[in-house]
Amino acid sequence: MAIKNLPREECYLPGSAACPGCPATMALRITFKALGKNTMMIVPACCTAVIESLHPHTSFDIPTMNIAFEAAAAGASGVEAGLRMQGKTDTTVVAWAGDGGTYDIGIQALSGALERGTNFIYICYNNEIYSNTGIQRSGATPYGAWTTTTVGGKTEFRKEMGEIIQAHHIPYAAQTCIAYPEDMYKKLVKAKGIKGPKYIEIMAPCPPGWRFSMEKTVEMGTMAVETGAWALYEVENDKVTFNGKSKLILEKKIERKPIEDWIKHQGRFRHLFKPKKDVKRIKTIEDHIDLIWERYRKRHL
Amino acid sequence: MSVMIDTGNYIAAKAAVMARPAVVPAYPITPQTTLVEGIANYVKTGEFKGEYICVESEHSAMAACIGASATGVRTFTGTSSHGLLLMHEMLHWAALARLPIVMCNINRVVGPGWNIWTDENDSISQRDTGWIQFYCSSNQEIFDTVIQSFKLAEHEKVQLPVMISYNAFILSHTSMPVYVPDQKDVDNFIPKRIPKWKLDVDNPITFGNIILPAAYEKVRKDMQDSQEYAKKLIPEISKEWKKQFGRHHGDLLELYKCEDAGYILLSMGAIGAESKVSIDNLRKEGIKIGLARVRCFRPFPREEVLKLGKQADLIVIDRNISVGMEGAVFTEVKAALYNNSDAKAYGFIAGLGGKDVTFGDIEKMCKKVVNGKAKQLEWFGFEGV
Ligand SMILES: Cc1ncc(C[n+]2csc(CCOP(=O)(O)OP(=O)(O)O)c2C)c(N)n1
Ligand code: SF4
Repeated sequence: MAIKNLPREECYLPGSAACPGCPATMALRITFKALGKNTMMIVPACCTAVIESLHPHTSFDIPTMNIAFEAAAAGASGVEAGLRMQGKTDTTVVAWAGDGGTYDIGIQALSGALERGTNFIYICYNNEIYSNTGIQRSGATPYGAWTTTTVGGKTEFRKEMGEIIQAHHIPYAAQTCIAYPEDMYKKLVKAKGIKGPKYIEIMAPCPPGWRFSMEKTVEMGTMAVETGAWALYEVENDKVTFNGKSKLILEKKIERKPIEDWIKHQGRFRHLFKPKKDVKRIKTIEDHIDLIWERYRKRHL
Repeated sequence: MSVMIDTGNYIAAKAAVMARPAVVPAYPITPQTTLVEGIANYVKTGEFKGEYICVESEHSAMAACIGASATGVRTFTGTSSHGLLLMHEMLHWAALARLPIVMCNINRVVGPGWNIWTDENDSISQRDTGWIQFYCSSNQEIFDTVIQSFKLAEHEKVQLPVMISYNAFILSHTSMPVYVPDQKDVDNFIPKRIPKWKLDVDNPITFGNIILPAAYEKVRKDMQDSQEYAKKLIPEISKEWKKQFGRHHGDLLELYKCEDAGYILLSMGAIGAESKVSIDNLRKEGIKIGLARVRCFRPFPREEVLKLGKQADLIVIDRNISVGMEGAVFTEVKAALYNNSDAKAYGFIAGLGGKDVTFGDIEKMCKKVVNGKAKQLEWFGFEGV
C-alpha cells in the first residue's frame, strides 16, 4: 500500500502537545488509519499521555483511557473482557506504551496478558528512553548512549524484547519503524485481523531525547534499519520473516551500513566522538550488532 | 430464600456471583483463596456467567477491574493483606476514575514476618484512597453487605468503589448459617449498572489525560461530596434491605443497648460482634454501657459519633495501629468529638498480629475505663515476648 492510498480519515487530531518532529505522533497517525474508529486505546504513563493534550480536550478521536505506568496490558485485559461480555467483539483493543512501560515496569503485566491469550494488540513505541520524565535510561537504551541517568554513556546492552515476546509464542508479533509507514500500516492491519495477543514494536527516534534536530526523525529511523541497529521483521505462529532492508541484510544481499553513520548524528553519542573518537566503544557497539545479526541468521535463515 | 451453611469466603463468593458481575479478575492470597476458588467453582457449575480472569498479580487484578469497569460493566474482586498493598496505586486510580468496583478484603496481618492471622492494618492503610470501607462482623453481614455495596457504589451520586473487609479465619474460614435470597430478588435490588462515563467507540472520549490544578481539585471535591452523600444513602439502603429481607446490620454504626448508656464502646469487625457478649455481661453487673460497632469506616460516621459523645464517654478498641500515633478508629472518634463535646475518649490497641480478643478481654478494657484506671491510650494484654 502506497502512502497516497492510506485511508484519508484522521483520528489523530490537530492540537496535540507533542514536540515538533515527534515519532510517537507519526506512529499514532498510521496506527489510527490502520485500525480505524472501532478501536480503543489504553495508555500508561509515557509521552503519549501528554501528546493526548489537556483535559477536557483531546487530540485522539478514539476512546482512550489512561492507566498507571505498569498496568497497560492488565487494563487492556479488563477492557477486552468487559467488551466481550457485552457482545462487542469487533472492537480492536490496543495497549499503547513506551519502551519504559514495556521493557521495564510493565513487563509483568504484558507477559501475563500474552500468556492468558488476551485478544488485543500491544504496541510499544520504542524511543529507547524514558522521555516523559526527561530522558532517563530504560532497558531499551542502547550501549554507549547518554541519558540523564547514564551520564558517561550506558554501560549495558539493551534487552532483546523481541526474543522475550517470541518466548510467549503468540499468534503475531512484529518490529517496524516510523520511517517505513507502509511496513507499519501493513503490520497493524495484519495484527487487527488476527485473534489473540499481538505485539508490535515501533522504532521511534526522539529528537529531544536522542539530541538530533527535529526534521531528522525519519532519517534517524531509516538509518537505524540500514545500520542494522533495528530490524524489521514479523513473527506469525513462530515463523519469523524479515522485511525490507532487514531481509536483505539478513540474507547478506546488502551490507549493513557502519553504525557510525547513525550514531554520529545523535548528540546522545557525542561523547564517543568528542573531544576524541572513542574507537573502542564504537567498536563494541558495532560488534554487538554483528553478534545480533549472526544470531538472527543462525535462527532464521 | 434458602439457608447456606458455609465460611465467610464461600458466602462472599455466593453473594458476588448473585450480583452478576461481568468480569472478575483475581489473584490468590491466604486467607482470601477460598473466595476466588469459590467463584472459579461457580464458573464450572455455570452459575457464574461472567469472565473470570486469572491475572498474574493483584496490581493487575485491580487494573483489569478498572479496564472492565470502564467499559460500563459490573466488576468484583477479592484480596487480602499484601495483595491489597500491591493494589494501592490502582485503588487510588479506581476511585479517582469513579469506577464502582466492589471488592472483598480479608483483614490479614502485614509482613514481615509472615503472619496470616487477622488485624486491620492492611485496609486501614488504604484509608485515603477514596474507597468506601465496610467492616463485617458475621457471614450474614458479609453476604448482605456485598449485595448492598453494588447498589451503593453504582448509585448515580456515589460512583465510588467499595471495599468490604472481614477478619481472616474468624470469619473467612468459619462456617455459619446464612440466609440467601432468591436470585430474582437480588436482581431487583441491584438493577443493571448505568455508567456515568464509559469507553465507547460511538462517543470517543479521552479519560485521565493531563489535568490542571483547578480541575483536579474539583475531582477531589466531587469525591468528598459523594462520600458525604453515601452517608445518607447507606442508611436508606439498609432500611430497604430490612424491608425486603428482614435483616438489619446497622447503618454506618450498629448501635446496641446505647439508649441509656453512660459509656459506649466502639469497635469493628469480629471484635464488634464479640463486644455484644461483653455488653450483656457488663450490664448484668449494673454498668450502663452500650456498643456502637463501626460498620462503615469510610465515610466515617462523624455526626453519629458526635451524638454518642453528647451522651456518653467513649471507649475505642482498635485492631490496628497508625504507628507514631494510635489506633485509626480512635483518631477518627476524637476528631468527630473535637470542639463539640466534653466526652472523654479512651483508646485500646488489642489483637494485633492476630492475637485473640475475647469477650472477657473486652470486659476488662471497659471496666478499666469505668473504674477510672485507664490511661488515654493503652495496649491491652501486651506481652512483649
Ligand atoms: C509507578 C510509576 N513510576 C514512575 C512514574 C514516572 N514516569 C512517568 S512516565 C515515565 C517514563 C516513561 O517512559 P516510556 O515508557 O519509555 O515512555 P516515553 O516517556 O518515552 O514516551 C516515568 C518513569 C510513574 N508515572 N509511575
Ligand atoms: S520527547 Fe520524544 S517521544 Fe516524547 S513527545 Fe517529544 S519527541 Fe515525542
